Amino acid sequence: MSSVLEIKDLNKNFGDFKALQDINLNVKEGEFVSVLGPSGCGKTTLLRVIAGFIEESSGSISIQKQPMKGISPENRPVNIVFQSLALFPMMNVFENVAFGLRRQGLKKDEISKKVLKMLKRVGLEGYEKKKINELSGGQKQRVAIARSLVMKPKILLLDEPLSALDRKLREYMKVELKDLQREVGTTFIYITHDQSEALVMSDRVAVMNKGKIEQLDTPVNLYTHPNTAFVAGFVGENNRFELANSDNNSITTKNGWKLNMPDLDFTPNVMFMRPEAFILEPTDDIKDINRFQATIKVVLFDGANTKMSVVVDSGDEILISLPQNAKFQNLKSGDRVDIGIAYNNIKCYKE
Amino acid sequence: MSGNKKAFYFLLIPVLLWLVLLIIIPHIDLFISSFKVDGDSSSAFSLENYTIFFEEKIYWFTFLNTVLYAIGITLLAFVVTFPVAFYLTKVVDRKYASFLTLMLLIPLWVGELVTIYGWVIILGDHGVINESLKWLGIIDKPLPLLYNNFSMSIGLLYMSMLFMTIPVMTTLESLDDSLIEAASDLGASKFTIFRRIIIPHAMPGIVNGGIIVFMLVIGDYVAPNILGGKSNLWFTEQIYNQFLSTFNWNQGAAFGFLLLVISSAVIWMALKLSGQKLEKVGS
Amino acid sequence: MIRSLPNSPLYKYGYRFYITLFFIFLVLPLIAISVLAFNDSNSIALPWHGFSLDWFFANNDNRVGLFHDEDLLRSIWISVETAFAMAILSTVVGTMAALLFEQEKFKFKGLLYFFAIAPLVIPGVILGISILLSSSYVGEILDTKFGIDTEVFSPGFWLVVFGQFSFGATYALLLVSARLKKFDPQLEEAALSLKASRLQAIRYITIPFLKPAIIGAFAVTFIMSFSNFNTTIFLVGSDPTLPVELFSRIKFSSTPVLNAVSFMIVLFITIVATISLFTNRKK
Repeated sequence: MSSVLEIKDLNKNFGDFKALQDINLNVKEGEFVSVLGPSGCGKTTLLRVIAGFIEESSGSISIQKQPMKGISPENRPVNIVFQSLALFPMMNVFENVAFGLRRQGLKKDEISKKVLKMLKRVGLEGYEKKKINELSGGQKQRVAIARSLVMKPKILLLDEPLSALDRKLREYMKVELKDLQREVGTTFIYITHDQSEALVMSDRVAVMNKGKIEQLDTPVNLYTHPNTAFVAGFVGENNRFELANSDNNSITTKNGWKLNMPDLDFTPNVMFMRPEAFILEPTDDIKDINRFQATIKVVLFDGANTKMSVVVDSGDEILISLPQNAKFQNLKSGDRVDIGIAYNNIKCYKE
Repeated sequence: MSGNKKAFYFLLIPVLLWLVLLIIIPHIDLFISSFKVDGDSSSAFSLENYTIFFEEKIYWFTFLNTVLYAIGITLLAFVVTFPVAFYLTKVVDRKYASFLTLMLLIPLWVGELVTIYGWVIILGDHGVINESLKWLGIIDKPLPLLYNNFSMSIGLLYMSMLFMTIPVMTTLESLDDSLIEAASDLGASKFTIFRRIIIPHAMPGIVNGGIIVFMLVIGDYVAPNILGGKSNLWFTEQIYNQFLSTFNWNQGAAFGFLLLVISSAVIWMALKLSGQKLEKVGS
Repeated sequence: MIRSLPNSPLYKYGYRFYITLFFIFLVLPLIAISVLAFNDSNSIALPWHGFSLDWFFANNDNRVGLFHDEDLLRSIWISVETAFAMAILSTVVGTMAALLFEQEKFKFKGLLYFFAIAPLVIPGVILGISILLSSSYVGEILDTKFGIDTEVFSPGFWLVVFGQFSFGATYALLLVSARLKKFDPQLEEAALSLKASRLQAIRYITIPFLKPAIIGAFAVTFIMSFSNFNTTIFLVGSDPTLPVELFSRIKFSSTPVLNAVSFMIVLFITIVATISLFTNRKK
């Protein structure tokens, strides 16, 4: 499949502030790509540059090989689903979805056919005459998406559209949005600060920090092989330790906790270990792991997500997933436990 | 971008025409005219119109009198209407608030001419007040209530005070009741609450209202002319006379320019003292 | 002190007494006018000689009622025409100015905005005389240099409309801007993203959103024009508007027909106010 969006060496400065730095991004047709990052990382700026609301300082954007320089928003083959949804309150559902088609000057019955078909597709059949303020949060969401999709954009840009919904509905909409994207086959570029949204829905995720893309990868790779300390810390839960020193075979935290780490070929200064990477009471036959003892400080019960905070002898504190099976159910604060962590589950970086 | 530019000029041109043709050029014209002498067709600049103003006591005295009166009426409008604004926003049952607020607007909408005429009927020798007092047996000769500075002040206050009330009410509405409750809870007296919490919060509204009231009073003609006495001194009357009776427009332009200068200066000072911007006056 | 805090009876009733006095002061002129419009007397004030509709309907040597008073009726009609033209102009240009100043970025925006709101603090007299000066100047040049006799530049209907429009647009600008500030700019971006041009976005999204403010601006500027005297008096030609006609009658020949016409205005405004009270309540 060919590239639908090509971004090359894109930069955007606001005065001295570098909002976007050397962004390179290729998106294939029909792909679902998320741009994930903390607020202020430049992800919304990137979206607005792609949409044409902000002009780039340097670099280029092409959509289907067409350079977009100097082309105004209404002439770009993209549509946006806004964070606030920006549904037109003075129009009903039908008029909202028909708005763009009317601007294209299509015939009345053609508009009507397209709108009704799109409303059916997003599950809003029979809602044409409803006013916007009569809709629930999830329904508004669907109108906003339908309003953009009916335009058949080459790329649909979504700016944190789920952030206004409550938690349960958000979980549900994630799945629905992914299904919808697969069904219509439109390329989605999805801006979010919520890693779960990005990981669940996307084919690939671009993690942004301080105006740069730190890593562009599949969700699985991002989680298991983060390229940078920022990605390791931002995507998923992680235990982070600053390192005091290291040699070829071991690393030592600032508090003096020493762990074996064979075959290091650089000098890291920070290290990450995921909560679920630890093995509780490891048997003797497991190889290539660090073994240590720790005291349980507190058990944080949360059903299947239950964790415990343990303290090792150096005073370093670790968060560890605690499976709720019969074997570990009785652990409580003050208990001593044996713990293991495999060498390859320790991620070391130089910041 | 071209669509954007089109929209921009579509909006800009009518606005520019309005401002240039009706605001900027006329005021420049006013300024220039004030330096020309009536009947002198040579376009030489002259200070004569201004020297006449300063040499004739009646002119500058009237000018001073008008400015002082306008400041006085503005203060009076604040004192009279602030309790009303507070009552309507914070004290009275909300059920009645919108009705009473509307009552404030009616005299405003009815217009100055009609209400000033109403005061003629009330204050005259056979007016409502004198006839009532006579009927009650308190007086047997009518009190001289009309055609003096008293009736003029009533008229000026009446036609301008509501322009103070409404901006003050807007700012008071935005004052969170819990601030007053908290101050009261911490042992503040009513006077302290007014001085330290309510007045500072309402200050932008008071300044806005004050500016509008001052401008309306200093530029008013109807109330002084209809309700004021024969010997009353009001500067706008001098301007009217120059334009509409003696037809010395250049002299009138000089008077007008002086009025513009003094009203701008007072407004500028009010803005400076309160740390506000002109941009906020309308809001 | 406020609804939620306890008060001493003296404070409570004292305050209520003051508010009552204030509202009496407020409505007294309107009530006096309205009642005396039905007085069977040739004098505008008391004493009361019994109920009569003469000042509305009579047409004899002694009394000419409002509905037979050609001059008065004509001035009302002129005022309506003037107010209509002025309100439309002011609302259209004021709305454009609001869009321009709230949404566009351009050079000298601050300066232009300053001029746009300046009429708020310029006395109406000054606007009147400066527009009179520059229009007659332009008219004279056109007449003597080019031999074009243009009526627009001499005192008359259109000069009054433009003179009132010079400040009317400011009020429309402020009213529309206040609502535009609450407008979510993403709505317009959404329209652009859905392939509308900027002008289409304004027409289909922004203007419908602004509609209540635009209607409000029209009503306010209409009433302002209808009751304006200070600016109008300089620009009026041989056809006086109602306030100008009222002024000369009050000064020179007051009969209770003035009460009658004033009563009609009070009645009309009260009806409009009542309607607006109930429509606001429904929301």
